[in-house]
Amino acid sequence: MLSRIAESLFWIGRYVERADDTARILDAFLARLLEDPWSDEDAACRSLLAILGVSATDEKRLTAGDALERLAFDVDDPSALAGAVAAARENARGARETISSEMWECLNVTWHTMSTRRRAAERLGPALFLSFIRERAAVLAGLAESTMSRDEGWRFLILGRSLERVDMTARLLSVQLLTSDGPGDWRTVLRACGADESFLRTHGGTLEPARVIEFLMLDRLFPRSALHALTTAEQCLRELAPATERSGVRDAARRPIGQIRTRLEYADVTGLIEELPAHLRALQQACAACSAAVNNRYFKHAAPVVWAHEGS
Amino acid sequence: MADIFDSYRLAAAWDEMFAAPGQPRAPYLSLFATLQPLSGVDLRFRADQLARVFTDRGVTFAYAGEERPFPLDLIPRIIDAAEWDMVTRAVRQRVTALERFLADVYGRGSVLDDGVVPRRLVTTSAHFRREAYGIEPANGVRIHISGVDLVRDEAGQFRVLEDNLRIPSGVSYVIENRRAMTQTLPTLFADARVSPVDDYPARLLAALRAAAPDGVADPCVVVLTPGVYNAAYFEHALLARLMGVELVEGRDLVCSGNRVRMRTTQGEQPVHVVYRRVDDEFLDPLHFLPDSVIGCPGIVNAARAGTVTLANAIGNGVADDKLLYTYVPDLIRYYLSEEPLIPNVETHRLDDPEVLRHVLSTLDTLVLKPVDGSGGKGIVIGPAADESTLDSLRATVAADPRGWIAQRPVALSTSPTLIGNRVAPRHIDLRPFAINDGDDVWLLPGGLTRVALPEGALVVNSSQGGGSKDTWVLAAEPAAAPPRPRTATRTVEVVPHDVAPRDAGAGPTGSQQ
Repeated sequence: MLSRIAESLFWIGRYVERADDTARILDAFLARLLEDPWSDEDAACRSLLAILGVSATDEKRLTAGDALERLAFDVDDPSALAGAVAAARENARGARETISSEMWECLNVTWHTMSTRRRAAERLGPALFLSFIRERAAVLAGLAESTMSRDEGWRFLILGRSLERVDMTARLLSVQLLTSDGPGDWRTVLRACGADESFLRTHGGTLEPARVIEFLMLDRLFPRSALHALTTAEQCLRELAPATERSGVRDAARRPIGQIRTRLEYADVTGLIEELPAHLRALQQACAACSAAVNNRYFKHAAPVVWAHEGS
Repeated sequence: MADIFDSYRLAAAWDEMFAAPGQPRAPYLSLFATLQPLSGVDLRFRADQLARVFTDRGVTFAYAGEERPFPLDLIPRIIDAAEWDMVTRAVRQRVTALERFLADVYGRGSVLDDGVVPRRLVTTSAHFRREAYGIEPANGVRIHISGVDLVRDEAGQFRVLEDNLRIPSGVSYVIENRRAMTQTLPTLFADARVSPVDDYPARLLAALRAAAPDGVADPCVVVLTPGVYNAAYFEHALLARLMGVELVEGRDLVCSGNRVRMRTTQGEQPVHVVYRRVDDEFLDPLHFLPDSVIGCPGIVNAARAGTVTLANAIGNGVADDKLLYTYVPDLIRYYLSEEPLIPNVETHRLDDPEVLRHVLSTLDTLVLKPVDGSGGKGIVIGPAADESTLDSLRATVAADPRGWIAQRPVALSTSPTLIGNRVAPRHIDLRPFAINDGDDVWLLPGGLTRVALPEGALVVNSSQGGGSKDTWVLAAEPAAAPPRPRTATRTVEVVPHDVAPRDAGAGPTGSQQ
């Protein structure tokens, strides 16, 4: 398939997952902020901005409203929810002939409805906007699942989604480590990954931080755990470039993912938890390395040539 | 300026929010300031949003055979930290005394020998279960979960209206109310330090695990429900989900050799603690109603053999019999050598012929309650009843004085409630939920505030047209330093997101990896 189309699908996968995860994280952390009488709004909002890759330079105290403005409603920043949706739609527009028309419509309708939803959310609370985004992300996932052939395009979409998922899970956990102080916070982390009920069914209601970390990093069955997403990404890469190498893996995209996946999969759990910050850094670096390698290998760009008229 | 509280007329009762017209009590000041600028239409709109949240989430109860959302009023009820502390101590005191009483009644019986409670009262109680005699619960707890109903009288004094020690329900509404309120009206919470309520499932699970039979390291806890047609099925499912345990029906359980197991795809798995939401009568057809199909035959024998713990224990109903209620202050003095922290409502015992005669002649000034009723069934409020009701009541009570108690009608406190587009006073009560894990009795901060929606009505049960209010317990101000010194000191490093190269064109940093 065309590199350009593949690239679009890869980024649709990433942006939609980013919007979905950002909505979940905001929903959970804002609810916590409101329910916890002792929380320090400014510090909580700064952590939140930092998790989600937005730097806050303002000297003034931040409120939940400011955080929402930057992380949810900013259409021009693809790190923000609305921006990610806009970017996903932009990519889909360039790939309309490849993705199913239902998927395109889904993204297009989402993009067009966002402003109405935003106005409603300003009156009635952000939950309205956030749940809307989550629903639309789920609709898109469902449409892709049922309308896309399992060809290269599908693999790029899933690859993008899986890498973003690993990255977002790592972000969430790294901020939690910096700011955690109580079991309530760990419930927020689970909720932000949509993992609270699945975790409860697996480990019962006692929220030991070590168990939560294990679940979000290493669980083989939960689709949002880092390990599960890494395994999926690796599978996609293997199918994209089937090779029968006698030894080693030459694919520069698959290598960092495979390395970090095995490192996690065979890690000693206590050791992993003690050195979690290093592991999280490594996770994010692996995702970035993979993303760069995928870009180099599959999405070749002709460097724009600037022509100059003679004599001008 | 006309505001939403301008037309609010105080009723002849203690008002929770206003000390005098236009003068909110201290805990309500910030709420008052937030609500005041809103119009009735705006409030109505938000109230409808709230109702929609409930319908969407399936927060319903069975009313006249159909599923309805449990009406949630959008004006919360607020209790300050000091008063809540008093309520906590009072409920703890009461539950502790009643635990001792149950252990005594189903054991040595000293309280009967000492004549504190007449033996006749216990043996004639509809919910006294001889079958429970001699069953020793693993950690000594019989009242794992209780709901002690409190009301505030005309002078603002809390009083105990009744004890619910069998299967008190309603805690799911506490959890869902808070969730719906923070979602729909986040602005109300902005300036208030409201204690969170989402600890409940974890506390409950910890208490149930603590009650497991001796020697079981990793107990299997289940919630036993009568099934989807039960009025409280939503609550059973919610608690099971939030605790991460199985929700079982009687037919999922199998009992043999005095052990309870559940049927799973992996074969029969042992069960150690059953949080049962099935009444005593239906729990075990071998001992109780033989035609019950929602119970588990043999489970009572298993409990007696100590291989499974039932929460709450069977036979607890003898301690929430409304005639026994009149003896609870004596029980507190007898077992704990303490004075009750919250008094009862003045109540007449009808087993004395003299009292009975007096009560029968003044029925129109009293509230009559059947001793074993629940859900507000059978209660007659004398001053509001017509002549024929009183006549038939007189005959019923005269025929069965043991089955009734008579109380002074308490004008329950009122709270501003949105009715249509206007705010009007409606009577409320409070059911705090207490969990006993054997070491401590813990109270969920808040509990369920029920509100009687028809004007002047005093019966708040959902089955009688009641609704509820989110109940806020204000957190005490942190003593000295804020408990989280971390806040300003550590800054979190920002790791920017990857963006597609073409989307990054405009930014100064370009494609970030």
